[in-house]
Amino acid sequence: MAAVAMTVNGKAVTGDVDPRTLLVQFVREHLRLTGTHVGCDTSQCGACLVHVDGKAIKSCTVFAWQLEGANVTTIEGIADPSGKLHPMQEAFRDNHGLQCGYCTPGMIMSAIDMVNRKGNDLDDHTIRQELDGNICRCTGYHNIVKAVAAGAKAMKGSSAPAQAAE
Amino acid sequence: MNKIMRHGQVGRSAPRLEAREKATGRAEYVHNLRLPGMLYGKIFRSTIPHGRIRSIDVSAAAAHPGVYRVITAADVAKVVPNPYYGPAFHDQPILAIDKVHHVGEPVAVVLATDPHVAEEAAALIVAQYDELPAVYDEVEAMTSKAVVHDVLKPAGTFPDLKHLQGKTDTNVALDFHLRRGDVAKAFAEADHVFEHTFRTKAVLHLPLEPFVSVAETTGSGLTIHTASQSPSFVRIEIARLLGWPENRVRVKVPYLGGGFGAKLYIKLEALVAALALIVNRPVKIALTMEEQFFTLTKHASTFRIKSAVSKDGKITGRECEVWWNGGAYADIGPRITQKSGFTAPGPYDIDNVTIDSYSLYTNLTPAGALRGFGIPQLVWAYESHADMIARALKLDPLAFRRKNILREGNAQATGTIMRDAAIEAVLEQVSARMDWEKPFARSSGSVKRGRGIAIGFKASISPTTSVAIVNVAADGSATLYCSTVDMGQGSDTANAQIVAEVLSIEAEAVRIVHPDTDVTPYDMATLGSRSLYHMGNAVRLAAQDAKAKLADLAREVGVPEGSNIPIAELFVKKYKMQAGNIIGTASYIPSYVPPEAETGQTPNATPFWMVGGAGAEVEVDTETGHVRVTRLVNVGDVGTLINPRIVATQLSGAAVMQYGFTMQEQIETDGGQITNASFADYKIPSILDIPPMESEAVDAEQHDGPFGAKGVGESGTFAVSPAIANAIDDAVGVRISELPITPEAVYRAIRARNGDPLEDA
Ligand code: FES
Ligand code: FES
Repeated sequence: MAAVAMTVNGKAVTGDVDPRTLLVQFVREHLRLTGTHVGCDTSQCGACLVHVDGKAIKSCTVFAWQLEGANVTTIEGIADPSGKLHPMQEAFRDNHGLQCGYCTPGMIMSAIDMVNRKGNDLDDHTIRQELDGNICRCTGYHNIVKAVAAGAKAMKGSSAPAQAAE
Repeated sequence: MNKIMRHGQVGRSAPRLEAREKATGRAEYVHNLRLPGMLYGKIFRSTIPHGRIRSIDVSAAAAHPGVYRVITAADVAKVVPNPYYGPAFHDQPILAIDKVHHVGEPVAVVLATDPHVAEEAAALIVAQYDELPAVYDEVEAMTSKAVVHDVLKPAGTFPDLKHLQGKTDTNVALDFHLRRGDVAKAFAEADHVFEHTFRTKAVLHLPLEPFVSVAETTGSGLTIHTASQSPSFVRIEIARLLGWPENRVRVKVPYLGGGFGAKLYIKLEALVAALALIVNRPVKIALTMEEQFFTLTKHASTFRIKSAVSKDGKITGRECEVWWNGGAYADIGPRITQKSGFTAPGPYDIDNVTIDSYSLYTNLTPAGALRGFGIPQLVWAYESHADMIARALKLDPLAFRRKNILREGNAQATGTIMRDAAIEAVLEQVSARMDWEKPFARSSGSVKRGRGIAIGFKASISPTTSVAIVNVAADGSATLYCSTVDMGQGSDTANAQIVAEVLSIEAEAVRIVHPDTDVTPYDMATLGSRSLYHMGNAVRLAAQDAKAKLADLAREVGVPEGSNIPIAELFVKKYKMQAGNIIGTASYIPSYVPPEAETGQTPNATPFWMVGGAGAEVEVDTETGHVRVTRLVNVGDVGTLINPRIVATQLSGAAVMQYGFTMQEQIETDGGQITNASFADYKIPSILDIPPMESEAVDAEQHDGPFGAKGVGESGTFAVSPAIANAIDDAVGVRISELPITPEAVYRAIRARNGDPLEDA
């Protein structure tokens, strides 16, 4: 077993984990933050995407122990504690950017990361290039592209931090 | 009258009710469920396609540190003496007994509290087999010496399967036949006869949430938490397997991370139920992406289609022979063979028709329903064939279709009169969007442009039942109890809009109770785009029942008719406090007449028809065979729109899925072994793969649908594949007759057309 300590959604957490525990398992099973999903388990689908020290990462590709001291944000950590949705979450809701919802947390985390890197005015081409690592089997992607564009714009005017709770 | 929307709840693009939960990561999936004391099961699977089991050595696995227990069929037999299940045939054992029938068939299960341990130990199991000859091709299976099952075991409940009981030496699980008019005469008198054969390869659903089920024993029986599209079926089938009354089996289904027809009937449910009973602890089995390839696929198919055509382009006769590759277990294949099989001649008005449709066993992963229930395979053939005829007769493909399509009031091949099927409107809207009548700019050089159209249709499976309960609480708030599974299609929102419309409240104020067979009433299943029509009608009627009872209550407490006194006050007047309920209930089953056994004729084949049309523009690189779809138009007849944004998403999502099956997806096998069983090797469309698309519905109404609506989940799939193949032919003059359309296939066809064929790989 390996001891690990990190910050998740602004809270200090510790765990005593089997060394082969992936970050996604640590988050889901140890912390019971089950909004981060496992689709492929082989780093193709993006359902498990979280932010580590401000960068998007597929949490099925790293071991929990590798993230000693890191600052992790999951889908549960981006809405305002008052319950007000993050503008990107709001945009996915309003633009019907989701169906079964399984890919949605990863899509939203990926979209916020995109805004952090590329700014608030995202054209169709950029959004598509950037979302290539996130697979959705349901929606046909069109509404996801609309949602990301709208969410990116809304983030400009909003007080919501691009990177929450850090 | 149905169409009048006084309250504006129906027809409104309300955001999905559960969008907030899904966007915040709080939506419930079985994937997330963990129960105290729960064991994880890892399945040990067959490595060969067909063979007798000589031995299964589980000793090393059982001795592995941390393993709780290893289970084989012998253990299962102690709790389920006759452990064979299936919706049409009772042919599938919970764990392999005596024989294995396909690579990946479950043979044993390791149970451990740590899923890693279970996985390690499963790798230590050793099974030995005496291999048997195997058959993989659906046409060869008709006559093959290799026979998959020693004896056929149809479920006793279906009269049309009775003749198959106990049959040996055959791989034919069902043969469906239709005879209409005099086909021999039509061919004898025809000016032209065309015959072509089309094939599709096996593909699969790959919902992002793989199959997952949990079972726990309770004081009174069993509770199964499962990512299933058919909770009522699971309850009935598990009760049958155990010899229990239905009410001892409770099946609960939260949201599904996609389904597409994969998560129907029994998948892991019988296995986790047996395991939980054996060890008396909760058991969870969650498959990996890879394991989905061993669980269920979409039928590979071969379709030989032959048409008699007059010189002016009227189809006078058609012969259809379809072979469906059902894999090792029948699943719902026999029903696809028949209930989709009868639309094989296409949406055309043809007086003389024969259909012979065969469901075949082979030594491959079982095949089942996948977004279209066999229809995309049929449309692929008849719409490719349609263009080939038009081209040969130098007719415009649109004009040829206009001349032949089934119109309102025509008799379809079953004899059923077409009603509320907007075939003509869909065809016209596709061609209008494509500017079909205008000249089309073709390029010179090595990249050629072309365009194509196609249209398909489907009959809703029948007869099926839905039951709904609407509960109005003493404060006037409404809750809907129904067993429709929201796997992403938006049924919660649509049903809430229907309740809200009837009760004159906001859809957002309606609460939906998810399927829980102890609580929510029977529903046949969430499949085949049946729910909005069947459950939608049950929900509408249940809400009307509640409304009528509220009116009774108002009368009883002396409130004058037409008064708009708040509902809460009615309850207070009667019960003197906030107390009581009004329960509205209804069940819905449409009328149906089974087809005659010999001829397939029936005056009432289906409660409603679905229509989907597509148009494609392509660029084909003649030097590489690479096809770029530059435009994809999708038009569906879905009746009236309960929620237009959700309809559009359903149409485009369906089209993108079929686009994957058209351009890139196929399960590759070698001697029965799947060689691309992973998300890395089997590529579903990513955001960069998809073409520019337009999706829309025609203005239509299903006269007996809830507020004029009908199903929408599959229509977007129907016509995508042949529209693209027809566009390729238009561009470069070659015909691709097998899905998927790979660059290699296109390039080979171009070289062959140029008289310079490539050697076989
Ligand atoms: S689960 Fe991590 S990328 Fe698919
Ligand atoms: S909404 Fe189902 S996978 Fe994207």
